Amino acid sequence: MATTTRDIGPLYNLRRFLGRSLPYVLLIISILPIVIGYAWLIIATFSYRTEGLFPIDANGNIGGWTLRNWAFLRDPKIWHVTLNSLGIALGMVVGVGFVSSLAAYALSRMNFAGRKAFLSLTLILHAFPSVTLLIAIFFVLNFISGIPVLGPRFGYNTVGGVALVMVSLELPLGVWLMKGFFDNISWDMERAALIDGASRFRVWWEIILPQIKPGLAALAIFNFLSGWSAFLIPFTFTVGTKVANLPVYLRQLISDTAPTNWNQIAAVGLFQLIPVMIFFIFTQEMLLNIYSGGAKGGV
Amino acid sequence: MRVKLENLTKRWGNVVGADHINLEVGDGEFVAFLGPSGCGKTTTLLMIAGIYKPTEGIIKFDGQIVNHLAPKDRNIGMVFQSYALYPHMTVFQNISYPLKLKKVPKEEMQKHAQRVADMMGIGHLMDRKPAQLSGGQQQRVALGRALVKEPDLLLFDEPLSNLDARLRLTMRSEIKRLQMELGITSIYVTHDQVEAMTMANRIAVMKDGRLQAYATPDELYDRPRTLFIAGFVGNPPMNFLEVEVVRENGDYHARREGFDVVVPADRGVKAAGQGTIIMGIRPEDITLGDEGIVGEVYVVEPLGRDDLVDVRIGKADIHVLADPEKGLKVGDMVRLNFDTHKIQFFDPQTEQSLLWTD
Repeated sequence: MATTTRDIGPLYNLRRFLGRSLPYVLLIISILPIVIGYAWLIIATFSYRTEGLFPIDANGNIGGWTLRNWAFLRDPKIWHVTLNSLGIALGMVVGVGFVSSLAAYALSRMNFAGRKAFLSLTLILHAFPSVTLLIAIFFVLNFISGIPVLGPRFGYNTVGGVALVMVSLELPLGVWLMKGFFDNISWDMERAALIDGASRFRVWWEIILPQIKPGLAALAIFNFLSGWSAFLIPFTFTVGTKVANLPVYLRQLISDTAPTNWNQIAAVGLFQLIPVMIFFIFTQEMLLNIYSGGAKGGV
Repeated sequence: MRVKLENLTKRWGNVVGADHINLEVGDGEFVAFLGPSGCGKTTTLLMIAGIYKPTEGIIKFDGQIVNHLAPKDRNIGMVFQSYALYPHMTVFQNISYPLKLKKVPKEEMQKHAQRVADMMGIGHLMDRKPAQLSGGQQQRVALGRALVKEPDLLLFDEPLSNLDARLRLTMRSEIKRLQMELGITSIYVTHDQVEAMTMANRIAVMKDGRLQAYATPDELYDRPRTLFIAGFVGNPPMNFLEVEVVRENGDYHARREGFDVVVPADRGVKAAGQGTIIMGIRPEDITLGDEGIVGEVYVVEPLGRDDLVDVRIGKADIHVLADPEKGLKVGDMVRLNFDTHKIQFFDPQTEQSLLWTD
């Protein structure tokens, strides 16, 4: 039987090899700086000093590995601070998720006076950089501090107050995102449920919310990440280490008078990064939903 | 249950959805709302369902005004064009959802849902999700969900539009049979006049938010009250010609250039002496023969059982159904006989029938 043979010369093979490997080469080159950065960070946390990527000891020789930089883990303060960070992050997940899914449902489905104005206003609010609002927010928090029960929990210099501010600054974006997801759900499904005998609230809870789970998940992840790494708001509205979160604690390690132990700062930074990385690896697919507009077409 | 609409109106600002609709649906009756898209038939249906609040007018169920009742308190079942199944629930959960909301005990709910599903022929699909079903099966689930709570009134919003042609035929007769067996008063919205004609006891024809006619299919077909109804009901649609009806030697002639037919006196007398009016004649009421009006074949569209032939008489085009055996070709000269007992006359200004007025 005659087989058709193609000219498979060494040149052809080489070209094919290059064609296949070129994308990988380009990708490797482009992520190399990031990988080196992370490697540097990790190496630094276990050494006295580093020269480039190499740990060195007091005499300038390669070596000098140490766990000294991680000693902060034995300090109860760090766990307190971590808990504060977690509190802000979870507060944002719950607060923004709850309020924006309710508000967005109303904005998407109900007709009321000022609906359009409200929508454009929220968008404008989102455009304000939070720095410009700091002073005004301070006054608001100060006012809340004076309220009997709420004050100690959501006033100035409390974790709750920081979470409250973060939630409200994030709400415009959350409401708009969720509105987009709600807009994608067919009216007929909602009408069917109303006729089947459900109340408006049950329709929202049992019929509509399950359709936009991907959107809710994406919003939750997004908020967790921004709550976890929040710096400006916690830094501005908290005093001392009792209510600081991780980024603020990190900032406090940098002193104006004493020499800064940069390797310890690297260790704390890495400590703050670990949960985020783990979280991100498991949720990156859901996070992409936020850009593709979520809910499956269904029936 | 009897349904009565009195001056039912829905407006959004200047946009009129439904304009003073008056009609009554008898107990166990199957009524179709027929009209082109945007004519207000779905708007009216949603007002009956309680989804839209009427701007004006009242809705009565068995004599009781229900305007203020929420959809859930009206005991109605509704089937949507998009089926509107809940994608995150199984077929069983979909069908039993209305019962769950009624807090029916679990065991009874299960039995009842299963019985309805078996009746719809989907009893073996209870654990599937809607996305795993075909269009016809989804439609059956939607129907089952509407029926499970034993509603007093069934509402259909173009339920067959998303199905393919063959399945549409099957479902059409199935819905009709179910409705007759269960005897539930039904309102069926459609833009497909064949669906309305075949399924409904009475048809409400709507246009631009107004009720044009409310009559039995035969009545609409044989005695159309307006030009719109005449053109909308029947397939292929009615031919319209501008003619003048004159009386000569005791006979009434409908005339135009190259066209002259004698019409029966009872019809002719109502159309005579009105100047130029519109004559309507259905394609199936015209036959090809050896005598009659001469015309030239302009287009031939084979429909299978018949050929739809476009014949040109002077400046007018007339559609005629012809036997394919005749093998008509473009350019052939033919002679047309009109069944003059089926001829309709309309006023060109008011578009009202000159024959059938109240």
